Amino acid sequence: MNQSAISLKDVSVSYGSKQVLKDTSIDIPYHTFTGVIGMNGAGKSTMFKVIMGLVKPDSGSVTICDDPVRIAQKHGHVAYVQQSEEVDWDFPISVDEVVMMGRLGQQDVFKTPTTEDKEQVKQALEQVKMLDHKDHQIGELSGGQKKRVFVARALAQGAEILLLDEPFAGLDATSERSLIELFIRLKKDGKTIVLATHDLLSLPDTCDQVALVKHTVIAHGKTKDVFTKELVTKTFDGLLHNLSFD
Amino acid sequence: MPIIEFILEPLQYAFMLKAVIVSVVVGATLAILSCFLILKGWALLGDAISHAVLPGVVIAYIVGIPFGIGAFLAAMLSVVLIGYIKNNTKIKEDAVMGIVFTTFFAFGIMLISKIVSSIDLTHVLFGEVLGISTESAWYTCIILGLVSLVVLIFRRVFTVFCFDPTHGQVLGMPMTLVHYVFLSLLAVSITGSIQTVGIILVIAMLITPGSTAFLLTKRFSTMLWIAVLASVFSSLVGAYASYHFNVATGGTIVFVQGIIFMLVLIYTKLFPETYR
Repeated sequence: MNQSAISLKDVSVSYGSKQVLKDTSIDIPYHTFTGVIGMNGAGKSTMFKVIMGLVKPDSGSVTICDDPVRIAQKHGHVAYVQQSEEVDWDFPISVDEVVMMGRLGQQDVFKTPTTEDKEQVKQALEQVKMLDHKDHQIGELSGGQKKRVFVARALAQGAEILLLDEPFAGLDATSERSLIELFIRLKKDGKTIVLATHDLLSLPDTCDQVALVKHTVIAHGKTKDVFTKELVTKTFDGLLHNLSFD
Repeated sequence: MPIIEFILEPLQYAFMLKAVIVSVVVGATLAILSCFLILKGWALLGDAISHAVLPGVVIAYIVGIPFGIGAFLAAMLSVVLIGYIKNNTKIKEDAVMGIVFTTFFAFGIMLISKIVSSIDLTHVLFGEVLGISTESAWYTCIILGLVSLVVLIFRRVFTVFCFDPTHGQVLGMPMTLVHYVFLSLLAVSITGSIQTVGIILVIAMLITPGSTAFLLTKRFSTMLWIAVLASVFSSLVGAYASYHFNVATGGTIVFVQGIIFMLVLIYTKLFPETYR
């Protein structure tokens, strides 16, 4: 029995002959907001996919809330907001129907949604401030609003852990700011947030933990201990110009 | 009233009654499937499967087993082959489908030219619902009725499968199984529809109604209704046209569907945003 929301032990993943993750281990405690940073192709997304059970590691073990991945999926412990949702934005589906998809894990698929399901969907939409848009077709929303809807779906799923893979990609500063505020609020409500991001500037104010990824977890811990010039430079091969460390 | 007579008079004949019922069942089922198919982007795959069933039908005819079984086996074989070649070569999927289904179809043509008479060939290729046997009519209605039932019961699962399969996987839903179930339903429906519209035109019934409905609505449930209504209407027109005017049923059905699509397209261009 350990106290980690997510625990990876010596996980290795290769795509063909290309090794993306090597002997990666990390323990992410409950109720933390962890920023995962690293260069493109460093293995951040792969790490997330391993946690979600979308990619099977060649070796190593993964536990989520002390359950193996398959069981964690069934319990809906962890929800995932993909980097770029590979969905058809013209799909004839409304905002609340997308969020209702989060309830499918809990439900008997034969049944129509119960009052409880509808209540959960409503609450999730309220939390992300999208209730006014619930009848809109998903493609009618702005980029930031779309992200909010997928966060709402994660909330409706009842997940304790949210994995957010570069949710700010392609968003303007205002949308990014309001998403960050949403994530901070969710963390205060007791969720465990894991956020892959390239926004190093806002990171110290946002995340209480940081994980540095370069084909393995180079360092992980409290932001003030890990988000240091030395370690970050090592993660990004020294290519940092406009970042200041206090 | 001439119109009532126009509609009721043919129904005194058992063959026409059967034709009308079968056409309606085929139209409704394929319309339901078409909504999922076009959203999934599988139109070409549907076309591939419908052509690939031909050798299965002919072999079933030779061996003396029900057409459906032969067609289904051929369809699944083609799908597995397409999947295998796609995953193990650098050939793109559309090219792979093109190669596989034409090869299957060509083999079917060879078999037919050697063994079966050309009249039977026309029936398989273009359908002949007025001549459907009672046995085939029952087979079609039961099989397609079951397909509709399964799709509607598991509608939410198939919607996730079409919209965001990764999400389904994350929830621990067996998406690979859903993939093959959907392919099987497609193959079964195509098989069941051969007698009505034939192998060549069945793909239209799997694409057009869903596309027409997609132009008109942003709601999936509404899309299903519109697709079914447009398709059933076309089927009825097809059945009656072939009785009264002696034109091909399958051809008429697909032609009417195409005309409805064009009219809807013009309507949505003339009056954009009057629909939801």
